[in-house]
Amino acid sequence: MLNQSKAALAYKLSPGMLIKGKWHCHHYQIHKLLGKGAIGAVYLAKQDDKKMVALKISDKTASISSEINVLKKLAKVQGDVPGPSLFEVDDWVDPMGYCYPFYTMEYVRGDTLDSFLKKRGSSWLGPLYMQLLEELDRLHQAGYVMGDLKLANVIVTSNPVRLRFIDVGGITPIGRAVKEYTEFYDRGHWQCGDRRAEPKYDLFALAMMALNYAYPHQFSKSAQPKRELLLRLKRANSLKPYQGILENALLGRYETCQQMRKAIQKELVSQKIQKQNRSVGHNQNQDIHWLEPFILSVVSFILFILATFY
Amino acid sequence: MKAGKLKQILLITDGCSNQGEDPSLVATLIREQGITVNVIGVLDRDDEESDSLTEVEEIATAGGGVSQIVYPQVLTQTVQAVTKQAMTQTLQGVVNQELQQILGRDQTIEELPPEQRGEVMEVVEDLTETCDMQLLVLVDTSASMQKKLETVKEALLDLSISMNARVGNNKYAIYAFPGRKKATEKILDWSSQLDKLSTVFPKLTSGGVTPTGPALREALHQFSQSGLLRSLKRHAESEQSGFGL
Repeated sequence: MLNQSKAALAYKLSPGMLIKGKWHCHHYQIHKLLGKGAIGAVYLAKQDDKKMVALKISDKTASISSEINVLKKLAKVQGDVPGPSLFEVDDWVDPMGYCYPFYTMEYVRGDTLDSFLKKRGSSWLGPLYMQLLEELDRLHQAGYVMGDLKLANVIVTSNPVRLRFIDVGGITPIGRAVKEYTEFYDRGHWQCGDRRAEPKYDLFALAMMALNYAYPHQFSKSAQPKRELLLRLKRANSLKPYQGILENALLGRYETCQQMRKAIQKELVSQKIQKQNRSVGHNQNQDIHWLEPFILSVVSFILFILATFY
Repeated sequence: MKAGKLKQILLITDGCSNQGEDPSLVATLIREQGITVNVIGVLDRDDEESDSLTEVEEIATAGGGVSQIVYPQVLTQTVQAVTKQAMTQTLQGVVNQELQQILGRDQTIEELPPEQRGEVMEVVEDLTETCDMQLLVLVDTSASMQKKLETVKEALLDLSISMNARVGNNKYAIYAFPGRKKATEKILDWSSQLDKLSTVFPKLTSGGVTPTGPALREALHQFSQSGLLRSLKRHAESEQSGFGL
């Protein structure tokens, strides 16, 4: 039963505490709290004095079992899947005899997407979105949507730069009601659609991620939510190159990730051409420099494809 | 597998009942009819958790449902969380009964090893997604609720977006209490959409009495009036098997 007066012990584990699994008898030493969500708390923990793991514990058996089921199904999908990999599933019995289900997963280390963009420059936005869309597409192909896609849930790991999703609580089979979402990123909240899981739902959230990056303090709904969004998008200078693309995503004009991905790719290539046309003395933004090798690789890839076909 | 039908009453109030019969007693009665009573207590911005709201938990416990006491700012999330949690809880109860029949008296989902628990929870989750639901919302519109009614309306509209995204069908009815002559006032009759809500939702409130008990009794009456109680009795047994594993 939902009961707020009984604050569950599982949400107040302190560093140094030792937790033993009821079924598999592994020991986990709590290092620190990584985050708290609607469903449970995630701790960084050391398993049996060996590896570091992320441990998610909760008092909501139903929700946590459903997350575990999703992680297990994702593990069977071929190729890199956006979520973290699942290690162990177990229960912890607290000193009062109350049982909390938990699971451990890979600890993903890195920056959140917004802090990465702040550090390295907003021109990373395009290429990172290309990668995000590719991973998201694989998830959609497997029959799921991400659901709770937001800046705080996306981590950029370094060497190589790669995006990872750290919260799988929102992953929902296509055609069902989205399990978990955050209002600001939810198209239902902005009156831009329903909450049924389909690829377009994720693409809307993806566009909202860009808007949240441009407006770090977010903004609230007005009388005409859709117009408000489009207006905010127009005013966001850092998103200028992708304005048309993000607008399409907000309005549900892309059916698949691949369509949006192609549009970004086209934009990235044309950015390069425009730059070449401009005078050399023009002082370019410093963080544009990384773009060149990227464009070169894209161009060479296209040339390679052409060469193989002719 | 055919999913059954869930029946819920959601009571949204900000205070203690002060007229008519004991709401917990009525809630017990409602539970016996196979309907769950969930209660959300809405606090004032500057309120500490007051004693008057302990009733909230009592009613929900008696009605076999979920309760939560919140500030208006988080009402939207709470209305959804409570509704979903109540659905899962009810269905989990049905599945638990089945498990006990198969595996013995003390066997519950929580006590299964995690691997099997996952499989059973998948069944519960499927049922939650596909079952039909009837939800009667009972809104306290006494004077102290005045400033919160706009938030309540928003929360209910948002709830319908979430519920209507499910595979199963939904029917909603909305009643306010106290009514002008009776304990309750009909705002919206059984309907599968809540779109009309924005125009018909009351802006004016009606006096200081809070007849929670009588209002709940009328809510039960509304379930029976739409022929639901009759069908409920008739289908009570077939429904049990409808939820079977």
